[in-house]
Amino acid sequence: MEKGTYRVKSGLAEMLKGGVIMDVTTAEQARIAEDAGAVAVMALERVPADIRAQGGVARMADPSKVREILKTVSIPVMAKARIGHFVEAQVLQALEVDYIDESEVLTPADPEFHINKWAFTVPFVCGARDLGEACRRIAEGAAMIRTKGEPGTGNVVEAVRHMRRVNQQLRAVLDAPEEELMAIGKELGAPYSILLAIRDAGRLPVVNFAAGGIATPADAAMMMQLGCDGIFVGSGIFKSSDPAGRARAIVQATTHYENAELVARVSENLGEAMPGIDIATIPEHEKMQIRGR
Amino acid sequence: MKVGVLALQGAVREHLRALEGVGVEACAVKSAARLVGLDGLVLPGGESTTMSLLAEGRLLEALRVLSSGGFPMFGTCAGMILLADEVEGREGPIVGGIDITVARNASGRQVDSFETLLDIEGLGPDVPAVFIRAPYVTRVGPDVRVLARHEGMAVMARQGRILVASFHPELTEDLRVHRAFVDMIRELRREGEPG
Repeated sequence: MEKGTYRVKSGLAEMLKGGVIMDVTTAEQARIAEDAGAVAVMALERVPADIRAQGGVARMADPSKVREILKTVSIPVMAKARIGHFVEAQVLQALEVDYIDESEVLTPADPEFHINKWAFTVPFVCGARDLGEACRRIAEGAAMIRTKGEPGTGNVVEAVRHMRRVNQQLRAVLDAPEEELMAIGKELGAPYSILLAIRDAGRLPVVNFAAGGIATPADAAMMMQLGCDGIFVGSGIFKSSDPAGRARAIVQATTHYENAELVARVSENLGEAMPGIDIATIPEHEKMQIRGR
Repeated sequence: MKVGVLALQGAVREHLRALEGVGVEACAVKSAARLVGLDGLVLPGGESTTMSLLAEGRLLEALRVLSSGGFPMFGTCAGMILLADEVEGREGPIVGGIDITVARNASGRQVDSFETLLDIEGLGPDVPAVFIRAPYVTRVGPDVRVLARHEGMAVMARQGRILVASFHPELTEDLRVHRAFVDMIRELRREGEPG
């Protein structure tokens, strides 16, 4: 009997496919998310929209909040650690969260290096803007990938950009003759071994979710049609006027993403979506997606 | 032979691949209409609360009719929770069909998830099995046959045409468990033939 194997780590992510993972800051929000059909919740101190608005250093959530959320719901509980902050990750593992998100939404703790995720029994999910970044995180031990998008904006454009880019680059890797692979790897900044794993699997070897700016059922269905495996919703639910209704609608739209009539029906009368931000108005250094390497 | 995989959420792709690997036609099922013409159905792993919320209305009704009518079904992990007649902490079954009681996530949190080799009746002593936040079978009815145990606990069982496992054979390359399910469907079809 063996715990913490890569198959066990990536296996949990496989079980979440086709589902919605929702950001929550309290046990009450976690309960609303579970009742709406979320496959997991993500515990954090403040949702991305508040971090963006309030500024300051964003850190791991208070362990007492995480414990409360763990006690409240029966679905998996994820929690965010700062990029490179391996002690926050150790703390979250000690709390027995089910997944750690080494996340650009929080203020990075290490300007150069990510956490060595192989050193942990608990699995990690990491953000990526392109295939090279996804492969580097997988090589560091991440068992699940998500697009970075631009968190806290309610604007899906960056998630679309990142998902399309990863898929374009995947096609190039899968179509290339063997002898071109090393040069492609060098250009992408992708470890050769992971490219071989991609060709072996015919796809990314781990699950790839969409995250960063998803605010409506149609946003979620579009990301699913673009080929992602599932959806993270950060600020989109609890910054909207009817969190429970919107959460249920996004779950339905994610499952039945090819059924436009159903997406239309669940999108009716949801009230105000979260206020959005045009990416062009965000100064380059304030973009969360540029954090990490 | 055509076998469906309930595709509301979860490890659908892996089951489709395993079924194709044992030589049957496999298809994803999201609605009651897609159940027509199938010879069997796999209920995959995933989150049972999410699946039970998504499988409301006509689909849930159709699944209940099938499971009580002797239609071959195989539930893994969350799928086993759906097929159990009793789920601890819940009023009534989700779909039901096999006389067992299950406790959700009883094996602990993700840090306690594990893989091991199981001794499965008729399949051999070395079948790889992945347990992820696995449910426990806390009661086994008199007509249920336990096919495998881990540390004394039932982890695979069959009653009539319903097969359940608390682990994930679909996350491994070993196809013996899926072959056993397909053999069960064949066996039942032969029994059903006249003369």
